Amino acid sequence: MEKEKKHPLKKILLICSKANLEDVYAALVMANGAVMEGIETKMFFTFFGLDAITKKTMNKLHTATVGNPAMRMPGGLPFPTLLGGLPGVEAGVTTMMKKEMEKLDMPPVDEFLELIEAGGGEVYACKLAADMFKLKKEDFHETVKDIITVGDLYAMCDGEGTQIVFT
Amino acid sequence: MATKTIAGVNINVNEEGYLTDPSEWTREVATEIAKEEGIELTDKHFEVLEFIRNKVMNGEGLTIRGIGKSGIVDAKTFYQLFPGAPLKKATKIAGVPKPVSCI
Repeated sequence: MEKEKKHPLKKILLICSKANLEDVYAALVMANGAVMEGIETKMFFTFFGLDAITKKTMNKLHTATVGNPAMRMPGGLPFPTLLGGLPGVEAGVTTMMKKEMEKLDMPPVDEFLELIEAGGGEVYACKLAADMFKLKKEDFHETVKDIITVGDLYAMCDGEGTQIVFT
Repeated sequence: MATKTIAGVNINVNEEGYLTDPSEWTREVATEIAKEEGIELTDKHFEVLEFIRNKVMNGEGLTIRGIGKSGIVDAKTFYQLFPGAPLKKATKIAGVPKPVSCI
């Protein structure tokens, strides 16, 4: 059989449109991992994902305890949706998640973004969503390089070996 | 497993060029592996390499975050010292196994 020619990934663009703790971390881990491998990395935050780069909200993200069928009690038993709706439960679960993440040396959101920036990764906010939520450049974390349009985003995807991932 | 002559000495390496026996590491070996990676080692590089070796010898995990908090270099400088894939390159030069960390 002929040897298949490989085309290594050279550039990746990660789009994050949600601000559940786990959605944001999925995007951050993927971005940071790409930076660590020497892949050119850009992140684009849109809609509720903007919470992850907004100074006021970025370190207060929660994991959803309602409508999350994969939720388990610490012993592995299913987590009843009704329980998830009680006051304080979401906060408690989130605190637990964050503690477990810290054990694995996963940094808080702002520090994670700084780590990505340190490695040459770039962070962008979506203009349309920023307009909608009435957010300005100064509302965003310092690592946010610019507020850009979808067109600008696609223009960044030039070059061979580029992939866009929507998380 | 294979051996490779680095800096005039026979060294045990794996197929990716990582030392399989960290005790065979010397500064000369580091300098030569670094050259293959296109890096000219400075004193700062060696400080980072020593830090990595100590961490690994103590059985602790390696992350870029941890190195950035080591007090020797910040994350940005670490990326500059070992451009491209810093953790992979630095461990290779430090003569320790390739890290399995995702962060």
